[in-house]
Amino acid sequence: MSTPRPWAGIGDALARVGAHGLFLLQILAALPASLRHYRETVRQIWFTGAMSLVIIMTCGLFVGMVLGLQLYYVLSIFGGTAALGTVVSLSLYRELGPVVTALLFAGRAGTSITAEIGLMRATDQLAAMEMMAVDPLAYVAAPRFIAGVVAMPLLACVFNALGIFGAHLVGVSWLGLDNGTFWSNMTSSVDVWKDVVNGVWKSVVFGAVVALIAVFQGYTTAPTSEGVAYATTRTVVFSSIVVLAVDFVMTAFLM
Amino acid sequence: MAQRRSYQIGSGLFILLGFAALAYLATQTTSIANFSQGPSYLLKARFTNVGQLKLRAPVKIAGVRIGSVESIEVDPQRLDAKVTLSVDRRFRDIPDDSSAAIFTSGLLGDQYIGIQPGGSPDMFKDGDEFVLTQSSMQLEDLIGKFLVNGSPASKPAANDEPAAQAQPASPPKKS
Repeated sequence: MSTPRPWAGIGDALARVGAHGLFLLQILAALPASLRHYRETVRQIWFTGAMSLVIIMTCGLFVGMVLGLQLYYVLSIFGGTAALGTVVSLSLYRELGPVVTALLFAGRAGTSITAEIGLMRATDQLAAMEMMAVDPLAYVAAPRFIAGVVAMPLLACVFNALGIFGAHLVGVSWLGLDNGTFWSNMTSSVDVWKDVVNGVWKSVVFGAVVALIAVFQGYTTAPTSEGVAYATTRTVVFSSIVVLAVDFVMTAFLM
Repeated sequence: MAQRRSYQIGSGLFILLGFAALAYLATQTTSIANFSQGPSYLLKARFTNVGQLKLRAPVKIAGVRIGSVESIEVDPQRLDAKVTLSVDRRFRDIPDDSSAAIFTSGLLGDQYIGIQPGGSPDMFKDGDEFVLTQSSMQLEDLIGKFLVNGSPASKPAANDEPAAQAQPASPPKKS
């Protein structure tokens, strides 16, 4: 108790960051071995990606519709409703698509990854795998990590597409904006590389971040039911914080 | 086994859907959608000032897009801007006494090159140069001319100056 608390807290935080980094290296080292378990990877892509489609599509649609409504109101003050498509698509591609998808992905897929691996840890399945000379990093951790990296950008693209559709629904079908104006303004000011592809890069990184945190929390959970509960909570909290922080850094570098 | 196969099919469909969404976003909602994919030919035009004209800015006749700006560079000898326009080959019959001007779409919008068709019987060929061009209208110049002509804008500034100098020497002084 003689050490001052703040220093211990900083030490803990540093140790946690370092542990995540080392775990990432371990997963990357296990990637070649996990190629043999590609079926497991496919199953994880199905589970984390395809099964998240419903929530991603619904949320994308509503986010697009809300953006359409709000921006239509704001732009109408300046007489610039023609720019609705541009503003909606740029904000979706650059920020909202990757970030909101990552947050939803952490809640939908990250938690279940953590809980699943955490229960494997709690019921000693991971130890059993090691006994059978099956590397749990290659069979359990790496496929889920790959699945996160693969699924996130695809989900973000679906989110963006549904968001544009939602904004079109509100702006054109409901509020009576001209269809041609909506599309031509969008196509004239959205750039493939600067806007769309940068957003995809962001979502790839977010996918890696969320999957890494989820797998790490599950893998290192305390082997009790309480430990799994805490680990699941930490997955959502940490991935939300890290995603938003990384988003700021990436925006500063990619712009 | 059947279950595993359905996973694989489902994952395949998911990946396909994701890439379809990406392809849709990339091709239908971005500037790629505006690019004419057909064959094109090049025309040159010289301007004393291109203003905010950007690469890939539209080239229009009668307000309709027929091509884009391919390159903008300074001619080292004549010290003016040499702009290369890439025009869709469908619009081959542009008279060679047509004029090119840089316009702004809207008050503060992007700039584009508008071509005013002439009446010559001869048409532009690949690599030809516009004889008649009109540079972009600079909003700053217009405002500058407007300000210089009229208002007593300089007088308040002259009055402020001694007051600002006096202030550090005698702070309590109030007028």
